[in-house]
Amino acid sequence: MKKNDVILVVALALLSLAVFGGIKLYSGFSTREPEAVIYLDGEEKGRYSLSHNITLEIRQDHGAYNIFEIKNGKAKITEASCPDKVCVNHRPVSGQGESLVCLPNRVVVEIENGEKLDIDAETN
Amino acid sequence: MAKKTAYMGMLTALALVFSYIEFLLPVNLGIPGIKLGLANLAVMVTLYIISARAAFTLSLVRILLTGFTFANLSMMIYSLAGGMLSLIIMILVKRSNLFSVTGVSVLGGVFHNLGQIIAAALVVETAGLLYYLPVLILSGTISGVLIGILSSILIQRLTKLINDMQN
Repeated sequence: MKKNDVILVVALALLSLAVFGGIKLYSGFSTREPEAVIYLDGEEKGRYSLSHNITLEIRQDHGAYNIFEIKNGKAKITEASCPDKVCVNHRPVSGQGESLVCLPNRVVVEIENGEKLDIDAETN
Repeated sequence: MAKKTAYMGMLTALALVFSYIEFLLPVNLGIPGIKLGLANLAVMVTLYIISARAAFTLSLVRILLTGFTFANLSMMIYSLAGGMLSLIIMILVKRSNLFSVTGVSVLGGVFHNLGQIIAAALVVETAGLLYYLPVLILSGTISGVLIGILSSILIQRLTKLINDMQN
């Protein structure tokens, strides 16, 4: 390994930490009462608060489906018609900005913060 | 020429087997996109002991073959986006002579993940996928270092072997 390689590896590690920190910081300011937002083809299809357990089926015209579940404050896709099952194997998500993605069905579940609050509540 | 064709055939077969091994034993850390990228070993060796053009051909052939045999069309699109971007970057970086084999492989790993995430963000039309960026930069770096170390050992030994055979 050259010296430049070491510099590169360290720089990339720092970069990923910085991006991670940036995302955390950004979400830290806006999170409250997180909601799972379901997108189909980039279009919003529904919002569900993570505080209520639900199970629902996202069905599309051509027989594609994903079964979506909120349980104990975490969102998960439990079943899907797609062949790769990346979304099903994904760990349950609950943090701001986290997402579950089913690329073949073009379904995205993203965790977003809920309603904007007044200042008092935000300083908790 | 015949010799080069033989090497290319062997390396392509090797790359295909590496892809298959990774397909059989997926590393599931709960975040899609994290993998070792064993096939890049064959690409790196080709890039260093044959040529950039050969590495490009090998990479393209591997992705098409893998896509048609044990993946599906949507997986193939992401492999293509990742594989081609990473290869172009590796060729350019190698040409710049700024880094050794490991550095080239690290950048290849990181840009492979970047290419895939960009393709995915375009398909699902959500920028939210960028949330994966830090994890994928880190995982690309780590697997890049591992594959880089392995490749440099292989490149050294194979170059010696090929030279010995020619003498």
